[in-house]
Amino acid sequence: MNVNQHTPMASPYGQPQPGYGQPGYAPLDGGYPAPYAPYNGPSSAYQPGAPPQGYSPFTNFPSKAVVANPVSDLSSPLDLGPARGPPTSGTPPVSAPQPYNQYSQGDMQNGPPPLTQAPPRPAASQLYNQGAVNLSGPQPSYPQNYGPQPSMQQVTSQMTGMQITSGAPTPTGPGYAPPRSSQHPASTAYSAAPPPSYTQAPPPASPAQTQPPPPSGPAASQQYYGGPPPPSQQPFNSSLPPTSQRQFPSPGLPPSSSQQTFPPSSYSGPVSPPSQAPAHPVSQPQQPFPPTQPPFSSAPPPVSQPAFAPGPPPPTQGSFPPRAPPPSSQPGSFPPPGPPPTSMPSGQYPGPMPPQQQPPPSQPHPYQSGPPPIRTQMPPTSMAQSNHLPPGSQGPPGPPGPMQQPPSQPGMQGGYPPQQNGAFGQGRGPQPGYAGPYPGQPNYGAPAPAPAPGPAAQKRLDPDAIPSPIQVIEDDRAKCTEPFTTGVRGQVPPLVTTNFQAKDQGNASPRFVRCTAYNVPCTADMAKQSQVPLAAVIKPLATLPPDETPPYLVDHGEAGPVRCNRCKAYMCPYMQFIEGGRRFQCGFCSCVTEVPPHYFQHLDHTGKRVDCYDRPELSLGSYEFVATVDYCKNNKIPQPPAFIFLIDVSYNAVKSGMVNIVCQELKTLLDYLPRENPEMDSVVRVGFVTYNKVLHFYNVKASLAQPQMLVVSDVSDMFVPLLDGFLVNVNESRLVIESLLDQIPEMFADTRETETVFGPVIQAGLEALKAADCSGKLFVFHTSLPIAEAPGKLKNREDKKLVGTDKEKSLFQPQVGFYNTLAKECVAQGCCVDLFLFPNQYVDVATLGVVPVSTGGSIYKYTYFQAQSDTERFLNDLRRDVQKLVGFDAVMRVRTSTGIRATDFFGSFFMSNTTDVELAGLDCDKAITVEFKHDDKLSEETGALMQCAVLYTSCSGQRRLRVHNMAVNCCSQLADLYRNCETDTIINFFSKYAFRGLLNNPTKAVRDTLINQCAQILACYRKNCASPSSAGQLILPECMKLLPVYLNCVLKSDVLMPGADVSLDDRAYLRQLISGMDVTESHIFFYPRLLPLTKLESGSLPLAVRDSEERLSKGGVYLLETGLHLFLWVGASVQQELLLNIFGTQSFSQIDPSLTSLPVLDNPFSQRLRDIIESFRAQRSRYMKLMVVKQEDKAELIFRHFLVEDKSASGGASYVDFLCHMHKEIRQLLS
Amino acid sequence: MLFCIVVSREEQRRQQSGAVSSGANSTLQILPTVCLTPPVSPCVAMATFPEYIAQNEERDGVRFSWNVWPSSRLEATRMVVPVASLFTPLRERPDLPPIQYEPVLCSRATCRAVLNPLCQVDYRAKLQMLTVVLFQFPPSYAGISEVNQPAELLPQFSTIEYVVQRGPQMPLVFLYLVDTCMEDEDLQALKESLQMSLSLLPPTALVGLITFGRMVQVHELGCEGISKSYVFRGTKDLNAKQLQEMLGLTKPAANQGRGPQPAQPPLSNRFLQPVQKIDMNLTDLLGELQRDPWPVTQGKRPLRSLGAAMSIAVGLLECTFPNTGARVMTFIGGPATQGPGMVVGDELKTPIRSWHDLEKDNAKFMKKATKHYESLANRASANGHIIDIYACALDQTGLLEMKCCPNYTGGYMVMADSFNTSLFKQTFQRVFSKDDQGSFKMAFAATLEVKTSREIKVSGAIGPCVSLNAKGPCVSENEIGTGGTCQWKICGLDPSTTLALYFEVVNQHNAPIPQGGRGAIQFVTQYQHASGQRRIRVTTTARNWADAQTQIQSIAASFDQEAAAILMARLAVFRAETEEGPDVLRWLDRQLIRLCQKFGDYHKDDPNSFRFSETFSLYPQFMFHLRRSPFLQVFNNSPDESSYYRHQFNRHDLTQALIMIQPVLYAYSFNGPPEPVLLDSSSILPDRILLMDTFFQILIYHGETVAQWRKAGYQEMPEYENFRHLLQAPVDDAQELLHTRFPMPRYIDTEHGGSQARFLLSKVNPSQTHNNMYTWGQESGAPILTDDVSLQVFMDHLKKLAVSSAA
Repeated sequence: MNVNQHTPMASPYGQPQPGYGQPGYAPLDGGYPAPYAPYNGPSSAYQPGAPPQGYSPFTNFPSKAVVANPVSDLSSPLDLGPARGPPTSGTPPVSAPQPYNQYSQGDMQNGPPPLTQAPPRPAASQLYNQGAVNLSGPQPSYPQNYGPQPSMQQVTSQMTGMQITSGAPTPTGPGYAPPRSSQHPASTAYSAAPPPSYTQAPPPASPAQTQPPPPSGPAASQQYYGGPPPPSQQPFNSSLPPTSQRQFPSPGLPPSSSQQTFPPSSYSGPVSPPSQAPAHPVSQPQQPFPPTQPPFSSAPPPVSQPAFAPGPPPPTQGSFPPRAPPPSSQPGSFPPPGPPPTSMPSGQYPGPMPPQQQPPPSQPHPYQSGPPPIRTQMPPTSMAQSNHLPPGSQGPPGPPGPMQQPPSQPGMQGGYPPQQNGAFGQGRGPQPGYAGPYPGQPNYGAPAPAPAPGPAAQKRLDPDAIPSPIQVIEDDRAKCTEPFTTGVRGQVPPLVTTNFQAKDQGNASPRFVRCTAYNVPCTADMAKQSQVPLAAVIKPLATLPPDETPPYLVDHGEAGPVRCNRCKAYMCPYMQFIEGGRRFQCGFCSCVTEVPPHYFQHLDHTGKRVDCYDRPELSLGSYEFVATVDYCKNNKIPQPPAFIFLIDVSYNAVKSGMVNIVCQELKTLLDYLPRENPEMDSVVRVGFVTYNKVLHFYNVKASLAQPQMLVVSDVSDMFVPLLDGFLVNVNESRLVIESLLDQIPEMFADTRETETVFGPVIQAGLEALKAADCSGKLFVFHTSLPIAEAPGKLKNREDKKLVGTDKEKSLFQPQVGFYNTLAKECVAQGCCVDLFLFPNQYVDVATLGVVPVSTGGSIYKYTYFQAQSDTERFLNDLRRDVQKLVGFDAVMRVRTSTGIRATDFFGSFFMSNTTDVELAGLDCDKAITVEFKHDDKLSEETGALMQCAVLYTSCSGQRRLRVHNMAVNCCSQLADLYRNCETDTIINFFSKYAFRGLLNNPTKAVRDTLINQCAQILACYRKNCASPSSAGQLILPECMKLLPVYLNCVLKSDVLMPGADVSLDDRAYLRQLISGMDVTESHIFFYPRLLPLTKLESGSLPLAVRDSEERLSKGGVYLLETGLHLFLWVGASVQQELLLNIFGTQSFSQIDPSLTSLPVLDNPFSQRLRDIIESFRAQRSRYMKLMVVKQEDKAELIFRHFLVEDKSASGGASYVDFLCHMHKEIRQLLS
Repeated sequence: MLFCIVVSREEQRRQQSGAVSSGANSTLQILPTVCLTPPVSPCVAMATFPEYIAQNEERDGVRFSWNVWPSSRLEATRMVVPVASLFTPLRERPDLPPIQYEPVLCSRATCRAVLNPLCQVDYRAKLQMLTVVLFQFPPSYAGISEVNQPAELLPQFSTIEYVVQRGPQMPLVFLYLVDTCMEDEDLQALKESLQMSLSLLPPTALVGLITFGRMVQVHELGCEGISKSYVFRGTKDLNAKQLQEMLGLTKPAANQGRGPQPAQPPLSNRFLQPVQKIDMNLTDLLGELQRDPWPVTQGKRPLRSLGAAMSIAVGLLECTFPNTGARVMTFIGGPATQGPGMVVGDELKTPIRSWHDLEKDNAKFMKKATKHYESLANRASANGHIIDIYACALDQTGLLEMKCCPNYTGGYMVMADSFNTSLFKQTFQRVFSKDDQGSFKMAFAATLEVKTSREIKVSGAIGPCVSLNAKGPCVSENEIGTGGTCQWKICGLDPSTTLALYFEVVNQHNAPIPQGGRGAIQFVTQYQHASGQRRIRVTTTARNWADAQTQIQSIAASFDQEAAAILMARLAVFRAETEEGPDVLRWLDRQLIRLCQKFGDYHKDDPNSFRFSETFSLYPQFMFHLRRSPFLQVFNNSPDESSYYRHQFNRHDLTQALIMIQPVLYAYSFNGPPEPVLLDSSSILPDRILLMDTFFQILIYHGETVAQWRKAGYQEMPEYENFRHLLQAPVDDAQELLHTRFPMPRYIDTEHGGSQARFLLSKVNPSQTHNNMYTWGQESGAPILTDDVSLQVFMDHLKKLAVSSAA
């Protein structure tokens, strides 16, 4: 299966792979082969796709694929391959291979790769260098690691065992520990995996499908791809290493197979290096992804192929050697570039691919690094498949990496990318990369080094050897050079961290919809077996970058949008017109519906409507309909929405300065109310309320000389005291409003009222909207627990003693039922509530947040708000919140094709039935996660369709329907599923699922559930998709190799594992915050971005480093971004020049830790740094306050909390530990 | 037997200047039975009873139905018309010197009568006289002696007014309660009236403003910049405590005890501020008042939260100025349509209740609303607050339900078609009219206490008052009107406010009163003068007893038929509030017949022999018109109108009330000077101009010929100047009436055949109707198209029944 898939996918790669693959596979079977296979697989798979058309060789692929299968991990890519395959392959039959290559290259590498890649590399390399520097640090450690390894092995006997046996097999053992190629192979697998993904899209689906049978082969390849093997590989290596394997690695081939693989890997290493190298180049240019792409293009791997071919033929070794040669050749070229870095990336797909095309040059570099590569290669092999995390091995690998590839180190950093390549790198990339990789992730590198340095030592996993998020991100970036087109069903889009352009060709852009899996299992059984959640994260009103066209507005006239008669799906590209265009058949329910006369159009000879491309709803994935009056509440065209500002004026609010700030800001902010046409004034009306124990409404009618205040003290039964004059047009009432805003702070300056109400405040806003018969948004600025006598009165129930008990869940539940009822009423009226909290103590966010969360609103929390330091953050949040595009009174419905069904929804909304998601307000930052379940079988031909229709009132008061269509493939092979997953989305789903689960389950149960499910996913993969190998080997699917690290971040979050200093409010706040996050936000939230700032260059960001204290250099300055916080960490022995540049001070001790913004200094570094900070802030929906953290300062504790790969103070496991734990779980499941 | 004590002039001056003599306590003892037992004969012998009556009314504001009282209970009941009086507590007495000290009270706990001219004083002994110490004179009375009497012992001061020096000066409180659910035009007019009224208020008076529509807004006055108001939902009733909390008036309420010395109340708060301070502010606030902005869909009435608003107004005053004179002036432009006190739903298709609905018990909101307003009225009256209602709308506004508010508190009820009429504007202006001293002609928070000598007890009162439930020896078990008490609270008084007080002679037949004995009654009215002073007016009056069996003639001669008519009318109206109309009429008829039987001069079964003495001659006619009056007839009147008419009837003095019962008709013609003519259709002649005053309307009717002349424009011609004068004369007279009347009557100028002439035609005695017009002389009068009986027929019938032996 995998094979098939792979093949398709691989087609590009395939060619190269084929050779390798087959040969390799065969041999690999033992262990190495697999790895190779993966490579081959993927590549071959791709080629196959192509091949079928022309390549006879491809035919082999299948077999290769089969072989690969063992390696399998990467299989997922294959799926993609298939999908793409059709198109490409279809056309380019014979030549296909080349075409593919070209295509693939074209897509991936083609244009960009070569050129860009080359240049980038340097940069990258530099970056890497930095990294390298760091790495260097690590390296030393590596050796140690090795030392430890043994212990590790011992310790994690399992691991070791794993490795040894299985791991030893190829993947881990070989690759990692001993840089053996065998593991590398694994890595190759990874690389392969990557390719798949890349290729996937392109790869003719058919081929993929067909090939699937040979699963093994493809699977392997896929695995490679998916596996982003590198990381996993590393792990493997490490893991392997633990056992003798690790040692083996060094030794070369302890376990016969594994060892062999190793050697092979090493062989391949050489080979791979080249490929990797290329990749790197590519990747660097583009960054992570590019490389991968390159692979595709490279896939043409002609080059690589050769390498592979050689590799393959001879089992691993054979292949290796061959590869080696190529590598060598490549290396030659590569060396210059900075093989290390490149190698890493190249290691994976890119590696191979690039090599061929651009590669040559780039590759060389990698290759150079390559030398070490050999080892990398090793990893690739098994690695790929296993991604595995050779827990133990990693550790070792790292060191080795460094050791071996000192040069690579730089590469290492760069290396990350390599990992991807790794897969490809099978041969080469790996090797070079490995070196790099090790540092980075790099299994490969790691492995190799490990062995070398100290087979002896390491007991621990080398952090560098385990899958690195940074590496994956970089690889993906490098891979992504072309706009992402959505026309092909089942493609996995670039990662959220990648800058790409999306082109809507029939499916919704990933900016609107992201799925956990782009290949959905055909049957419920499969889905259940895999445990991979089927979900989509939908962000219906997402803001698109300027270079992408917003959804077109379609008006079907008075009759309203054309819809299926039965399931009411809206007209979309999936509707099949029949009978000359007189009817259409619904793609969702197959019902045949008459085309209304006004909508009739003739069909062309292909059965498409002649006007297909004139009509967005027939050719695009996302578009909007103008809704007719039938779609309006009460059959009345809605009124323009209104914004109501409700300001707490109790003592605390006034004293903290909040009241004054809000009032001052509103004066200007009101000019920026949302509008659709920037030329026009906003039609949004505004109203003002202040409150403490009683509510004050204001009449700001334009005709008044002075505003009038209406006090409502009867809070038990809220009502709105006035109608006319409460909601006004800003321009008309400007003077009165300004007068009011001037007077509010004065009026309450001497207030002594400390009690507040809350329920009535929302009721007031709600009633006001009801009275005005419009929808709208409430902005509530609130300070304290509402203890005044009124509906919704709360008491302080913060009880830390409950934390950790079964009753803990009650703390997340609302204290009183009042707010649930209120929320329901709000939703019915289209009243969205945004809550700005300024608490000085417990305010019970869990309860206060009920209404905002249920109405699609947001909560902003400024604990211990101080005007001086928090104003900027608050104002920026407020500005953005007020200005952002928002829809009101929205109803979202997700329709699916027969066979699956949306069963569960997560996010900020309310549901009164099981299908309609009701959102009083829906803004451009809100995402809704939808879970799907099977209720029948799906067919591979038709795939699974999803249509998400959101009916809403725009900010101009127009009723509209926004429709997003999404089609994904269906697969009958698990490997396809694993090859076409998106880990970030899965994490998004898991976190929302878990956080919601907190309401009803003890925290521990929630955590265990998460771990279990994750283990099951991986175990299922291991069992069904990975090549048979020792149970001690941890094998991760390429696409999911980061699953453990991310999951660990989720588990360690404040919500699930609170530290002693985390308040209940904070937890509740985060819990609610996550519910509305899209994938981008959740990703950065769980795995913060950590940038070293030692050198800044315009145009590109420094390469991020992993979130671990080990990565911090005392002499450096780092920027850490979580989406909510921004830290500037300053090392204790930072260079004076940096200090001068950044702070304008001479010494470390002069830095003011209370800084919230950097001084404006006239030097490029300062300029650039501030630009970077600004750009980060601009990317996030919430303003991040900058905190300057000095090393060894108190505040560092907070900062360390976000170094998520480390052990957390509250007991959260470090990445390495968690990986071991996960491995254990998996093993238990498997046994 | 009469001892007079005269306080020397010097002494009086000293007392007036507040100086207190330090003389020893002087005690005056009087027999307990004596304090209200007057001398045997009137001090001043009257030539005739009419003169006597007029003099008494002039001096004391009292008119009795009988001026000589039958001396036994049995005989009294046979008099048909009870011994009763119309009492006008604040009758204007510019000549009355305010006495600057406090009254001397009978010290017997059950008496507590005020020292008065009827007292027998043993001033020689000053100390212990007979057995019991009754009056303990304060030190200031040390100099009391025969030649040095205090004013209260002088016969001409049977009515005397004391100014209480103790206690703080009370501010006057005016709380405007303004409906905003009305047409802009009306609202504008109302706003202007209100703004004008500010200038009429004394600068220290406190004013407050509450507006209502769908919501109730209590405006905070005197704030800078932003104007603030507290808003309440119109559908919810709040008690005083809740209100106090919601308004942030957390100061403890002033003392709850009643009596002339309430604890120091806060002199102002955010909602009630002195006019001088917030004059401009309030003027602006009123100027900015907008029509209730809530949309009123077609077919709906605006939602008007009158009941809640009034409740809030009452509650606000209750918790800030208890027992202080305050007026809640309610201006409404329509019926309450929501919340407590709603009288009609907001669906226009459901009309407001009519008499028909009431009879069918089909007015679903009435009982509840009435109850609501009643409880408000009781709360207000308990605190001495007045509720005025100014209802200006073409349709009914729920006066029926709300009537108890003004009725219990002595407030005004004004009904007009629109706030934009002079009827309202001038009436409202007249509320603030002032007397010679520049004080408002209104008094606040008054209590009236009646003390009687022991042969007579008080049965009850009918008028704008509520019972204070004060039991005492002079309270009769027999209740008439508001009875069972000897004290009533009258929160709002003006010089014409008149109560009907009914008495019962309790002297048993077998305990004859000595010849020439007198029964005495003392009215003690404590009130808050418009100047803020607390005052006590004491009126002491006495009438001779007579044995009905032997002196029936003198009793008959002392009959005051006007007073009797009004007293009976008040009784009838009082009954009509609770009984079916026909029952009341039957009762009234029976009383009349019995009176005729008792005092008529006739042969049995010979109607033609019936003669009535002069003192009774007009009485049947009054009854005739009363039967036809809107006070008892609801036909052609809405429930609101009936309530309005009854309200006015129940509070005005005798003269006004008589006009209400039997309108006055003047004729103007070339035949002579204006003359009063019979209220009869025969008075309607073509060459006459008639001026009819029904109290509620002033109508000028031009006879057919006159109307033609006027149409022809003769009045424009110099040679017909006399005609012009003729036309002008009734107009001038009408203006005069209009200017003195409160509330302003409706002014109608009509002519023969004019539609408005119906007002005249409905009032006159239908001596000529379409049924009999040809049987009477052709030359005079105008036939009335009615089936009502005429006075002649009525009288014939009456005679027949009176002489019938079967009766």
